[in-house]
Amino acid sequence: MIITILYYLLVAYVASLMIWNILKSKKWQEEVLYVIVLVPFLLRLLRLK
Amino acid sequence: MNRGRQMLRKILILALGLVLAFFSGLSFYRSRHLKEPVVLGPGVTQVKKLSEYFPAIRGSTNDANVYVMAGAKPGGSILILGASHPEEPAGRLTTWILTENAAVEQGRLFVLNSANRSGTTVTRLGGAYPADYTIRTAWGEQKFRTGDRWSNPLDQWPDPEVYIHYPTRQELAYMDIRNLNRTWPGRPNGTLTEKTCYALTQLIKEEKVDIVIDLHEAELQYPVISTIVAHQKGQDLAALASMMISAEEFNIGMENSPKALRGLSHREIGDNTGAISLLFETPEPFLDATRGRTDARLLLEGKDEFVVRAGKHGLLYEKIDDKGWPIDIRVGRHCSTIIQVLDLWSQDHADKAVVMKNVPKYNEVVQKGVGAFLRDPAKAAPKTVYYE
Repeated sequence: MIITILYYLLVAYVASLMIWNILKSKKWQEEVLYVIVLVPFLLRLLRLK
Repeated sequence: MNRGRQMLRKILILALGLVLAFFSGLSFYRSRHLKEPVVLGPGVTQVKKLSEYFPAIRGSTNDANVYVMAGAKPGGSILILGASHPEEPAGRLTTWILTENAAVEQGRLFVLNSANRSGTTVTRLGGAYPADYTIRTAWGEQKFRTGDRWSNPLDQWPDPEVYIHYPTRQELAYMDIRNLNRTWPGRPNGTLTEKTCYALTQLIKEEKVDIVIDLHEAELQYPVISTIVAHQKGQDLAALASMMISAEEFNIGMENSPKALRGLSHREIGDNTGAISLLFETPEPFLDATRGRTDARLLLEGKDEFVVRAGKHGLLYEKIDDKGWPIDIRVGRHCSTIIQVLDLWSQDHADKAVVMKNVPKYNEVVQKGVGAFLRDPAKAAPKTVYYE
């Protein structure tokens, strides 16, 4: 159970990194890429997939 | 570009991502929570929960329904497992036919339509599986979750680097810690999948089950196909059933359960309980690595030109042609094999006989289709409708 919680925290951390990258990026292509990477992390955080 | 326009662009791109997450999430949620009705047939005398045999799984995804059919005359006990691997639908549909049609005259039949219910709530990650499939009936259509080979990571995550089987300590593939057919006999303080096997083992022991039948399907590129895999305690029974069925209905082989391969039902149930353990395999081209489009049509019709081509190159362990391996044939094989095993067992063990009626044999399922044996939940009394 503790390991599962740690993994969810890791997922939240990576998701926040993606959002940070979107905010810092200057190219729209990179922003789209970060959003696409973000989606599965969000779905796991929300316990949908 | 000024900062304001840049920020607007970022917000728009993020919003698009959220819309994508919303609709995909909605699709996954609906699929996970699809209700599959089971209309209790004339033989069902009791519906128990698996947690009655091991309370630690109460309220979990895998606290499955256990359909009990008890005959008026005492006899033996048989347990039939569907959805050990949920993406092998012939096994699961066979359990539906049993729970909705079978009548037991002697002995007891225990049926689980969703042995690994968690595995029915997810499809293969990255596999582009259809979320569900539909069986046509005379009264309409019934939808079933496609499922996967492994428990849903939402119920059990993360996987270890190496899965060490309990209690033998054999090292197995990491994801197989979520594989119900690699975690027998189970562990009371283990993962959800291990606890589920432990609960099933307790059921087998407490109910003094004589035979456990685990229903599966296999890819045509896998050598263990169209066969009964038997623990050594069930060798004679499986061999005789194989001979009788091959002579009268269709070709089916018999294989011995390997003693060195741990965690499988046909090995561990036989080793750790008083029951004989048998595992049935039918051909399912949907599972072949060389398949084409992985859709519900392939799942149900079993037609695939690439698998046929693999056969022409001698890469398969079962025949296939343009007719494929339709679901009616696969379910019919399971039905007939169950009937034959029960008949042979009952002939040799009069005091432990299990006499079952109203279950169609191979020819009848092929002729009428699986849908002919599914009952309409809308026309059934509400108290006779359960959900998987």
